[in-house]
Amino acid sequence: MYKQVLKLSAGFLLAAGLSASPALAGGEAEVLHWWTSGGEAKALKVLKDDFAKKGGTWKDMPVAGGGGDAANVTLKARIVAGDPPTASQIKGPTIQEYDDEGVVAPYYIDEVAQAENWDSLLSPQVANHMKCDGFTKYCAAPVNIHRIDWFWANKKVLDANGLKMPTSWDEFNAAATKLQAAGIIPFAHGGQPWQDATVFEAVALGIGGNEFYRKAIVELDMDALGGSTMVKIFDQMRKLQGFTDKGMPGRDWNVATGMVMSGKAAFQIMGDWAKGEFSNAGLKPGIDFYCLPTPSNHGYLYNVDSFIFYGMKGKNKIEGQKMLASSIMGKNFQKIFNIYKGSIPARLDVPMDEFDMCAKGSASDLKYAAMTGGLLPSFAHGMALRNAQKGAIQDVITEHFNSDMSSKEAAKRLVRAVKDTL
Amino acid sequence: MFYWLQKNLPKLVIAPSFAVILWFVYGFILWTVYISMTNSKMLPRYDFVGFKQHIRLWSQMRWYTAVENLLIFTILFIVICILIGIILSIFLDQKIRAEGFLRTIYLYPMALSFIVTGTAWKWILNPTMGIEKLFIDWGFTNFTFDWLVNRDMSIYTIVIAAVWQSSGFVMALFLAGLRSIDDEIIKAAKIDGAGLYSIYITIILPMMRPVFMSSIVILLHISIKSYDLVIALTAGGPGTSSDMPAVYMTQMAFHRSEIGLASASAVMMFLTVLAIVVPYLYSELRRQDAGR
Amino acid sequence: MQVADSMQLEALERSASRKRTFYRWLLFLILGLFGIYYLAPLYVMIVTSLKSMEEIRQGNLMTLPREIMFDSWKTAWSGRGYAAGDVFLRPFFWNSIKMVVPAVAISTFFGALNGYALTKWRFKGDNILFLLFLFGCFIPYQAILLPMARTLGFLGISNSISGLVLVHTVYGLSFTTMFFRNYYISIPDEMIKAARIDGAGFFKIFFKVLLPISAPVIVVTVIWQFTGIWNDFLFGSSFSFGEAAPIQVALNNMVLTSTSVKEYNVDMAAAFIAGIPTLLVYVLAGKYFIRGLTAGSVKG
Repeated sequence: MYKQVLKLSAGFLLAAGLSASPALAGGEAEVLHWWTSGGEAKALKVLKDDFAKKGGTWKDMPVAGGGGDAANVTLKARIVAGDPPTASQIKGPTIQEYDDEGVVAPYYIDEVAQAENWDSLLSPQVANHMKCDGFTKYCAAPVNIHRIDWFWANKKVLDANGLKMPTSWDEFNAAATKLQAAGIIPFAHGGQPWQDATVFEAVALGIGGNEFYRKAIVELDMDALGGSTMVKIFDQMRKLQGFTDKGMPGRDWNVATGMVMSGKAAFQIMGDWAKGEFSNAGLKPGIDFYCLPTPSNHGYLYNVDSFIFYGMKGKNKIEGQKMLASSIMGKNFQKIFNIYKGSIPARLDVPMDEFDMCAKGSASDLKYAAMTGGLLPSFAHGMALRNAQKGAIQDVITEHFNSDMSSKEAAKRLVRAVKDTL
Repeated sequence: MFYWLQKNLPKLVIAPSFAVILWFVYGFILWTVYISMTNSKMLPRYDFVGFKQHIRLWSQMRWYTAVENLLIFTILFIVICILIGIILSIFLDQKIRAEGFLRTIYLYPMALSFIVTGTAWKWILNPTMGIEKLFIDWGFTNFTFDWLVNRDMSIYTIVIAAVWQSSGFVMALFLAGLRSIDDEIIKAAKIDGAGLYSIYITIILPMMRPVFMSSIVILLHISIKSYDLVIALTAGGPGTSSDMPAVYMTQMAFHRSEIGLASASAVMMFLTVLAIVVPYLYSELRRQDAGR
Repeated sequence: MQVADSMQLEALERSASRKRTFYRWLLFLILGLFGIYYLAPLYVMIVTSLKSMEEIRQGNLMTLPREIMFDSWKTAWSGRGYAAGDVFLRPFFWNSIKMVVPAVAISTFFGALNGYALTKWRFKGDNILFLLFLFGCFIPYQAILLPMARTLGFLGISNSISGLVLVHTVYGLSFTTMFFRNYYISIPDEMIKAARIDGAGFFKIFFKVLLPISAPVIVVTVIWQFTGIWNDFLFGSSFSFGEAAPIQVALNNMVLTSTSVKEYNVDMAAAFIAGIPTLLVYVLAGKYFIRGLTAGSVKG
């Protein structure tokens, strides 16, 4: 009888103990990112506040510069030191690359993703980018969708020269020639490798077509990379070079946007974060400036910013990862964050009425492109290829754009560069 | 026992530093050499593949550009810095009232970090924002100074900025050297009828040999390590025309997930230092020993 | 005759002094031109930090600000006040101090000991040893970043000021040893011999005889180390926490944004503030720097 009471009370205590534990654990997250000033910082703060509201402790680890260049160095140092941050701003195939190195398993956030049914909240392409282990388990959470292939133009300049936004590359070339004769810089460009690559992929999408882009850039088909279509694309790049001004090399992207804003230049090709420059100066879309996709057949080059969650030890950290993942996919967060950042939500069911004209257009274009096969990952922003191939291609593009290399030679070098990295 | 301790104390004192150097310098170099013979991509892997990465390295156009640039840059950088250093130090040595003030102006650039140096010079050398625009605004409408955006000349802009940052230090070294020369020697030469110019060339400069050595060591190490300045000023551009080995290595290792290739380039850099610096230093040290 | 002679003499003197004056002016001209070369970036930096963004966008580089505004300086130092989540410099300033002081102290002390041992207590292979130390000056830091990360991780200090202190001390040793060795080698051995005859041992000689006359080389070494460590970015960003980061990392975070609006005036103000300690060190101690060099610390 005594023994029975003992067993019962022991069982009681055990059960009580088990049920009492998890709720007390405060999640903590050390987050590596490079969104450190202006609109980016403001947007990130929304996430920080959200996380804090849920009871989590956010440890900020910012390393700015070059679209994550410096942060990547830091990140690798920490991984090699055996102490990866809880979450890092990593996107595209790099996520799977880290998984290959074995530092992402065992995918703690997949639990949250399944519970919140992320598969139904994200488009299949975006969802796939977020998955590891052969695209079966979620290991990253998407924050937004940036569109890359935008034309930004100064409306007043176009009106003054009797021009409309071009709907084909030939139309653009004609308009640019006219503007050049009138003493206006047709094409404002910042000559940095990533910007050269951004322009290139917009041109490739437009002149080569959606299927070509997929074959050449995403699948690295050698015939496509070295063929006559590629030569035509480099030809257009050469024409664009002729429409830029002397100060192009090394120029920062926002200085180029400034040239469009002031009317010194007419067009710029840049992702949707350029919108922030216009808004900050009080300019309005449709009234002061145009935002229109670069000519293509309903193609859409996307860039999804996301946070990867590395394999961790420690209950608080794992808890932090889950909480953070859930915060990132929160409906309200997705809305506010993207309004600040200039992009559109990754989550499909966020109401778009508070977004501006360009964003709304982007969202509807996205849906159409997804249906017709024109939704393609941006290679210039790390969504289509692994770093080695992306870098090799970028080298050829920037060399071609900054010299008088022939298009045929460029295509040849492209093939050789990619082959070397495979 | 005590005698042994006393006798070997110097070596014991150096031992901790040496052990540290052994691990953190030579150990790491060995690690790099090993990795340069593996297939490491994004993170280090330890599979041995022989000289594959080294062969790959010497088929990369960017690497050739980088090596060529390093040669051009190093020679120009060292020669110009030393020239300026000597000229400025001789001038400053002429008992000018504003010496302290001028000396500070020439020396301060070394105190600044690359963000300042790179950004400021990037603007100054930019044709649409800096010197060229300034002269055009002043009326010289045909003035051009577009080296920064010219792929053949971009490496020289890096020389301009680097010389700016380091020549003051060389000047300080030479000034100190000049000041430590006995006035008697100069007086004697003057009495013998030697002109100021020949005094400098035949007597003073040869006595500055050790200063030359220190300057060259310091300038060479800055040259080989050039990364921050290149990134801030040209980012290796236009295109990849102002690439340098340290930039190439960093990009390959951390942004191209090609750690094996990057290590091969690092090994090349070590070998270069070995081949040039070691014989030079060794001969200087032997000379100093002989002179004692 | 004498009058003619003295007139000739006067004429000669006058032409000689005119020549001297001419050379004097030439000297000042050249020194002045170089002065402009050296001052230009500083001028650009300060002038930009005092302008408004509008002015910067429209105007040209060299123009003076229409109206001097110190707002950028305030923003750079203590942030914007509103909850933008921005980076600003104040907290990171002290992190750098906490890192620099120990690193400089330790590397200088051991450099002195090493230099002393290598020059006053000759033994077989000491030149080779010195050469081995010197080689460490040439290591590009990116090349050793990963193995260092592994080592620090193993030691458990991969994310801390202590880790940074270790890294900077280690790589400073090559330079500090060089400076002290080159200085001590020109100190006459007789001093040491005399002390030894008096019965002084290794450490006594070091502390009582050499250190007191080492002020110049200590100044040189401290300045060199301080500047190098304070200005370092690579190690700081790779081996420290977000909040424990040194000031160059914070500066980098302020100045470089990828897709957001750049505020060049705040950037330049921040760069200047971050550079003040080193600038101060050079300006104030410049005199001692030269004196230290004169006393043979780097002559070799």
